[in-house]
Amino acid sequence: MLRYIFKRLIYILIALFIIVSATFFLMKLAPGSPFASERDFPAEIEAQLNAKYGLDNPWYIQYKDYLVDTISFDFGESMKYKGRSTNDIISESFPISLTLGIEAMILSIGLGVLLGVIAALYHNRWPDYLATTIAVLGISVPSFILAGLMQYFLAYKLGMFPVSGWKGFNYSILPALAIAITHAGFIAKLIRSSMLEQGNSDYVKMARAKGLGKWTTVFRHTLRNALLPVVTYLGPLTAGVVTGSFIVEQIFAIPGLGRHFVTSITNRDYTVIMGTTVFYSIILLFAVLIVDILYSVIDPRIKLKGAKK
Amino acid sequence: MTKKLLEVNDLKINFKTYAGVVQAVRGVSFELYEGETLAIVGESGSGKSVTSNAIMKLIPQPPGVYAGGQIVLEGRDLIPLSEKEMSKVRGNDIAMIFQDPMTALNPTMRVGRQITEVILKHKKISSSEAKDRALKLLELVGIPMPEKRFRQYPHEFSGGMRQRVVIAIALAADPKLLIADEPTTALDVTIQAQILELMKDIQKKSKTSIIFITHDLGVVANVADRVAVMYAGQIVEYGTVNDIFYNPKHPYTWGLLGSMPDLKNNVKEELRTIPGSPPDLIHPPQGDAFAPRNEFAMAIDYEMEPPMFQVSETHYAKTWLLHPDAPKIPIPEEIARRIEGYLKEEQDDGK
Repeated sequence: MLRYIFKRLIYILIALFIIVSATFFLMKLAPGSPFASERDFPAEIEAQLNAKYGLDNPWYIQYKDYLVDTISFDFGESMKYKGRSTNDIISESFPISLTLGIEAMILSIGLGVLLGVIAALYHNRWPDYLATTIAVLGISVPSFILAGLMQYFLAYKLGMFPVSGWKGFNYSILPALAIAITHAGFIAKLIRSSMLEQGNSDYVKMARAKGLGKWTTVFRHTLRNALLPVVTYLGPLTAGVVTGSFIVEQIFAIPGLGRHFVTSITNRDYTVIMGTTVFYSIILLFAVLIVDILYSVIDPRIKLKGAKK
Repeated sequence: MTKKLLEVNDLKINFKTYAGVVQAVRGVSFELYEGETLAIVGESGSGKSVTSNAIMKLIPQPPGVYAGGQIVLEGRDLIPLSEKEMSKVRGNDIAMIFQDPMTALNPTMRVGRQITEVILKHKKISSSEAKDRALKLLELVGIPMPEKRFRQYPHEFSGGMRQRVVIAIALAADPKLLIADEPTTALDVTIQAQILELMKDIQKKSKTSIIFITHDLGVVANVADRVAVMYAGQIVEYGTVNDIFYNPKHPYTWGLLGSMPDLKNNVKEELRTIPGSPPDLIHPPQGDAFAPRNEFAMAIDYEMEPPMFQVSETHYAKTWLLHPDAPKIPIPEEIARRIEGYLKEEQDDGK
């Protein structure tokens, strides 16, 4: 197991290197500079600014500098917001995104599993149709439309939740829901079909023949096997929750990391682009690793390659 | 005289499908005594598995419908019982051995827990006592190193070993009736023999009654006390093993016996089959369901369903050929030759 994790860590490092390089060259290829949007500088001042941030060096020196910065996790000062380091920006806004992300994950898995189990247990009866309809609506309605609708009806008309901002738990419910519902719909569909498939299998019939009740059978036998495809989906789910939050954070005016990820690109804020990209990549790569490990925990038939028994 | 354990009276099971109502079981009756083995034989779709599932009330409803009859276990009819009452019967009074051991065990649960689960459900004992019992069961069904095996997952077992585990699970709560639904079909021949021996052994020790569903007549001869031959959802011939093998009366039973290769008489013949295919049970035919495939069919077979004629005290058959007015049709020569072979073998064995 340890050997397997070690191997995977090395892969993660390689992946990170490729991501950092690709981001760097894409950044360089994109026209414009961090200072292009401001008032016209005299040429000398721009040259000074470039010199200060090391942008006058040839590309390979800059590339080397970036790699060294990345390895030491010191991404430097933002080129746009004077006096604020990239690390500060991340450490300030990431906890907000993380809270939102975790809430959204819990909601989507909880809602999805609940809907899916109900749909499978009441197969082809009205709870099934209701749950399936909710799931399909959730999948097909984009999160930003849902966010707007919820803001209008639940927050503005009914006043149940605050419309926007980030001042406490109340503020997080609507955005988390907006992110979660698409994924909840997807998970519900997955759970429903795999529950139905497992429900027809012999070992479920065997569990019934043992005299176990309907719910004991579901929770002890069917659900665990039905969860496997959902675990596979957890990797993309993490990515989806993270990227989905860009738009939703914007709509609900949440000072999360997603905003910086987007604005830094339009601003050509090289240091912040680099910092956020590396940060997100690390999160995603580790999420995938954790999913793979989880998989072998849930299904004993899957032995991790290189792992000792 | 041994005690009567199970009595099935005129059991009828229907399935509602889009095409219409399938009458899968059309009035099946039989009795089972303590410590006895009843084999139900018949081709695919004859309703043998439906009958066995019906006794455990494992028929999904809908689409399944109990359209009539009684399943009396020790004087109590199971059909009106609620799910909750039924869950006390399943696993405890009646247990089931499934056909395919590769899929009958939960792949994500340790084998030990799958056994103790039943014990804890039906017996009021602590989990450590349950574990002891499970280990004893594993040993009983012939699994070496039970302590180690207890903590393993099903995928670490071979097919034969898994079937032993399935049997251990079935025996966990000391059931009075064991329903084995083709328990050896998915296994290779040497393992088949071992599993059959194991089941006979267990029956001797614990006096369990067994209902053995199979389409393998060789297995029937090996394990059964009584045989019920099923065709198109009905029992067409019912009797002791000797009745069925040495004195078969129904043309369908002749056909079944005839389609076993005759290895004893060294006669060169083509492998015989029963021509045609079973009838559509959405619209069961008028008269005898077997008539269109029966070379001895008479006019009445297409008009009226034959009743169960009694051949001897233990032997019944549902064919018009047994009516006093019917022409006497001798058993076909090939079948007679097979029966002679069986008799000779029995004499040689000195049974």
